[in-house]
Amino acid sequence: MNNRWTLYDPRLAWMLVAPVLLLLIFFLVLPIAVMAAYTFFTFVTAGVETSALTTANWQEFFTDSYYSGFLLKTLRVGAITALLCGVLGYFPAYFIWATSFRHKWLLLLLLIVPFWISFTIRTFSWINILGEQGVINVALLKMGIINEPLQMLYNEGAVILGLLHFLLPYMILNVYVSLEGIDRTLISAARSMGCTSAQAFREVTLPLSLPGLAAGLLLCFVLAAGSYVTPQLLGSGRDALFGNLIYDTIMGELNWPMGATLSIVLFVVLGFFAAIYTRYMGMSQIVKGLAG
Amino acid sequence: MKAARPNREGKWAWRLTGFVTLCVYIFMFAPIVATVILSFNASMFGGFPMTGFSLQWYAKLMGNEAVLTAFRTSLWIALVTAVATTAIGVVTAFALVRFEFPGKQALSTLVILPALVPETILGVGLLVLIKAIDQPRTMLLLVLGHILLAVPYVVLIAQARMVGIRRVYEEAALSLGASRFSSFREITLPLLIPAVVGGVLLAFTISFDNTSASLFWRPAGVETMPTQILSMLKISISPEINALGTVMILVTVGIPLIGGLILQSLTKLKRRGEPKEEVR
Repeated sequence: MNNRWTLYDPRLAWMLVAPVLLLLIFFLVLPIAVMAAYTFFTFVTAGVETSALTTANWQEFFTDSYYSGFLLKTLRVGAITALLCGVLGYFPAYFIWATSFRHKWLLLLLLIVPFWISFTIRTFSWINILGEQGVINVALLKMGIINEPLQMLYNEGAVILGLLHFLLPYMILNVYVSLEGIDRTLISAARSMGCTSAQAFREVTLPLSLPGLAAGLLLCFVLAAGSYVTPQLLGSGRDALFGNLIYDTIMGELNWPMGATLSIVLFVVLGFFAAIYTRYMGMSQIVKGLAG
Repeated sequence: MKAARPNREGKWAWRLTGFVTLCVYIFMFAPIVATVILSFNASMFGGFPMTGFSLQWYAKLMGNEAVLTAFRTSLWIALVTAVATTAIGVVTAFALVRFEFPGKQALSTLVILPALVPETILGVGLLVLIKAIDQPRTMLLLVLGHILLAVPYVVLIAQARMVGIRRVYEEAALSLGASRFSSFREITLPLLIPAVVGGVLLAFTISFDNTSASLFWRPAGVETMPTQILSMLKISISPEINALGTVMILVTVGIPLIGGLILQSLTKLKRRGEPKEEVR
């Protein structure tokens, strides 16, 4: 009977979470803390810096419009991508939820399959569609609609398209999970009270699915704004986003203090949006969405 | 419930929904299908039109030492990551669901963070840390980094499953004199198997797929599959890359599908007919 007291002993819990805790401290918390300190280090020359404290990096960031331009473009691309995901993702989520098709799981599985395919491959595969020798150009040329290939790659549109391809399943699954949580008798009730199906959707289904939509929007925005590979492969130099800027600053210019500064900026800005979201929606919705 | 008075606008709205859904599915699969088809193109150039069917790019791939090495590297990293992450993640989920301890809420938020923080930031952070303490980039670091990236997903899957397992089973075993460890091994773990299989598969794919963070963390001279593809793409789009893409698709889709089938046969008896048991 003594067992009862030690059954859910907090000390045992700490032992169980110790590996994860250590990992999170040494690979997440500590790095970000050190990075924050690094933003005040002095850049000497490529790959060399001193720990003499300076605010030069921050001054440079705030005064040079080069950086704020990158930040604004990144936020714009992230917002456009998230909104497009929201609009285009809601339909399939609703369809899968409402369809009378018996093998719903198949429709869901088809959405999850792209998750498994290497992200790099999914991204470059767009070159086979949009490129000069891609499906669209070759088809249009053959049909004689155009005389020379359209330039569809290496611009902001292609970057957004690639991000959309990567993020749509996240959005659809998020909305779907939240639709799945709706009590369907509510809709029947609305209909029996004389609502048209459009009214029932507007008054019942849509409001109740908003948490999933909001979680999807945040997730898509954060992941798009933090992307590196998509702009690298589908964009031109001008379409580089903040992630590329960070990579080039660290790996190319070897300017570590500035790279750290930029990373902290992105971290704070995206964290700000996540915090606003969590303030109103709570974390649990995202958790549901991520767990699929 | 569907029977309730279908009206005209409802019908059109439904048709529109179906149409957009179809378009989205085509959108999701068109580039993948194009890549697979083009991998059999006989032409020297990576693009349409097809000039004939050929397996030459696969043959060329088999002789590409850099690709094979990268493939083996990724495979090992992914295997180690999958096993380690699942072990850590399942134990964490167990603690988070079953135990009450101070800081639990904070920890469960912290655990999800690696999935939300952009990889570039995680990548730079770790680099800055090891630069600050003057350590080299090693394979161990790369694997631990991958574990960090995969851990949120495994914990979430295991937590969702754990919530559905009633604690009275464990308590019964404990009251019959089983130790904490053997009750976990004999009772909880078998019930968790679907989450374990799911975790292993997901962690494997996350690690095998990872590009951005690996670019920062890989030791000098080491290429993983995605970084190898990225550096090949810098040169040109060759049909060889399409062949490589197709092989990768087969590996990363095939393994989870087979795993999923195993998973389904494991849970078939329990779940048939039930709508969804892991409701939170």
